[in-house]
Amino acid sequence: MLHALPLAESLAETTTSLSGWLTGLFSGTAPEPGASSSAAGIIVASILKATVIVLIVQIGMLYATWGERKIIGRMQDRLGPNRVGLFGLAQPFADMIKMLTKEDITPTAAHKWVYNLGAILVVPPAIIGFAVVALDRNLIAADLSIGALFFFAIGSTAVMPIFMAGWGSRNKYALLGAMRAVAQVVSYEIPQVLSIVGVLLLAGTLSMNGLIHSQGPIGDAFPGVWFILLQPIGFVIFLLATTAEIERTPFDIPEAESEIIAGYHTEYAGIKFGLFYLALYFVTISASAVGAILFLGGWQPPFAFLAGIPGWIWMTAKTLALVFVFMWLRGTLPRLRVDQLMAFAWKVLVPISLVNLMVTGLLAKLVAGRAPLMVFGAFTVANVAMVALLIWLVAGWRRFNAARQITFERPAVQAVGAALRRGAA
Amino acid sequence: MGENWAFVAILTVIALTIPILGILAAMVLAPKRPGAIKNSTYECGLETVGDAWVQFKVQYYLYALIFVLFDVETVFLYPWAVAYQSLPLLALFEMIIFLLILGIGLVYAWRKGALEWI
Repeated sequence: MLHALPLAESLAETTTSLSGWLTGLFSGTAPEPGASSSAAGIIVASILKATVIVLIVQIGMLYATWGERKIIGRMQDRLGPNRVGLFGLAQPFADMIKMLTKEDITPTAAHKWVYNLGAILVVPPAIIGFAVVALDRNLIAADLSIGALFFFAIGSTAVMPIFMAGWGSRNKYALLGAMRAVAQVVSYEIPQVLSIVGVLLLAGTLSMNGLIHSQGPIGDAFPGVWFILLQPIGFVIFLLATTAEIERTPFDIPEAESEIIAGYHTEYAGIKFGLFYLALYFVTISASAVGAILFLGGWQPPFAFLAGIPGWIWMTAKTLALVFVFMWLRGTLPRLRVDQLMAFAWKVLVPISLVNLMVTGLLAKLVAGRAPLMVFGAFTVANVAMVALLIWLVAGWRRFNAARQITFERPAVQAVGAALRRGAA
Repeated sequence: MGENWAFVAILTVIALTIPILGILAAMVLAPKRPGAIKNSTYECGLETVGDAWVQFKVQYYLYALIFVLFDVETVFLYPWAVAYQSLPLLALFEMIIFLLILGIGLVYAWRKGALEWI
């Protein structure tokens, strides 16, 4: 029996009533968020939710590619695509048509099964990660009690298809590119998951909605402030590690055109290459969404008086802000060499995240149950101290390196300088 | 609760069909003109030298090994972090000792050169 759509009292109530109406539509019971008794009702509601997720994510990904080309173009003092449609807005569709109509050149030497499966299997982990992304209080597809762990676990399964693609291509360079990519992805997994343990300590839960509730004025759990203020080091490490996980510049050595042709997707043409591209942008958006949930308070507004604006607008704005940060990094920084990349993960990010974790654990016990302002103050002091220690260590390392260079390079540089001065005078 | 996991299962099935749909669309729309040189393995325009499945460096194995160690450490860290607020102060020191033991392992691997790229 259909229930009439309840009148919304304010704009913020629309999402609650919409999700309740959708569920009530398929289970035939009173509209309650998430209540669905029959198996058929669950299956139909799941298919509907999955279709909505795939559609929203697909459109989001298409315009993320448009946005990337325009933003990076502007950062490089040029316009970006502006021929296809107004401001180039139809460019992603033109790209999609191009990829679908290109010939699918499969190398004769390739191992057919592994080659094709690699291209197919790289997309599902990217889509499944969206199951735990919370758009609003009731607009989360599956509020799993282990949401954060689920997201990172599914991200880890994306490693196998990369290696399948490189190995199945039966091409030396594709194989080497795939091995480098796998080494990079697994090395940066560790700082990525270690950096958020501090956040989990403070929130006490792994579920996405629980993490959001412990961060804002509309919540009642421990700190009540956004975790970026309490864990800025964790946030920076999460950003850098995620940039490396999704193989974007400055960590894109496995797929850089000038370095290794195209790495593990050298031998793919047309739509199969498009699938790798698709998976890359899906993970960019979902990782930005999870970063917004973990550190920026998800669908919570920054101040309680702004609660009139619906949560999904806040969530979208925060996700787009993080996507912009990823594009900003791409437009600004040069690429790291592969040994610099691995050294950065193991020798810099892992020790920093371990120290951050220990300090956070200590502080969380010391200020348990105090007022949010005092918690914020204590964490700020600790974070400033850690950053100062880090800067001191980096300065010492640079002095050490400079001291080593003086014995080799200084006499030669001084001789050249003296010769130039004699010549000019 | 169970319906959440049912949703994940259904999403997995739908997510698997998306790339297959894409490939089917390309099979219909794209031209097919295979040629011997077009389908040969790419090596910057030259003839390929030797078999493609080359022997690879042991360094990759070492990175994977250290990753497994730290991943298992993470598996122990997550339940500790979630239950942290109801644990006594002693639990913190126990975990710090655990992290220090693994940190000493990382320093050992560093000094032995297991983390060098070459």
